[in-house]
Amino acid sequence: MKNLDSVFAAYLIGWGIFFVYFLSVARRTSALREDIERLKSSLNRSK
Amino acid sequence: MVRQVIAAVVVLLLMAFAAYAALFVAPTERSMGVIQRIFYLHVPSAWTAFTAFFICFLANLQYVFRRQPRWDWLAVASAEVGLAFTTVVLVTGPIWAHPVWGIWWTWDARLTSTFVLWLLYVSYLLLRTLIEEPDRRALLSALFGIFAFIDVPLVFGAIRWWRTQHPQPVILGAPGSGLHPTMRAVLFFCWIAMLGLMTLLLRQRYQLEAMRAELDIVRRESEAA
Repeated sequence: MKNLDSVFAAYLIGWGIFFVYFLSVARRTSALREDIERLKSSLNRSK
Repeated sequence: MVRQVIAAVVVLLLMAFAAYAALFVAPTERSMGVIQRIFYLHVPSAWTAFTAFFICFLANLQYVFRRQPRWDWLAVASAEVGLAFTTVVLVTGPIWAHPVWGIWWTWDARLTSTFVLWLLYVSYLLLRTLIEEPDRRALLSALFGIFAFIDVPLVFGAIRWWRTQHPQPVILGAPGSGLHPTMRAVLFFCWIAMLGLMTLLLRQRYQLEAMRAELDIVRRESEAA
């Protein structure tokens, strides 16, 4: 079928963009969670 | 956590069914052939981006009038999610256009206004990185976000008001326009799947912004200690 490769490319790239964005949010969230825990524990130690 | 995992699985299943319906259930369009199946990713992504930017617009208005940080968090979350969907629109459009028009891109009213929309929300996110003070950052970006939303009706109306290379609308279009009932059903199902994905991403991104605010409070406490 003509242009079937373009259709699959569009779907792969589209899904890829959503997946990469989801991973980026998850990575930023986990980095931030670590920062909060680290700051909280250093705050508790200094009290 | 369990609820989030269930929500993610439901959205993933919806997206998989939507892709299956787009590729195997919808009938093949007569003049363009199989390449027209990009329509079921391209159009619902655009509608979902408009939905996210509308949420951003409402949240910005709420922030301007109420000055509560949660509206700022929702605004930035929906702007970023809307930008991801607009990126998909801008990438899938040329892949569809090339075999049909013989060109990847043209500066017609619909394509240009969509690209400007993408630039406006990139600018919105960049503006936020330039202002340190949280209240000032939230207010200025809310005002900019309200201004940026003006482009959404322009993108919507571009193919209705001006002659464009981009096809005329098949939903809410001129008399005589329309879609095969199965195509319309698949299109709306794909949009529902995309809205599910948008809700999931928006929730995650909102939590991230709420955590940033928590981190600011803990930082201030640690500096005071």
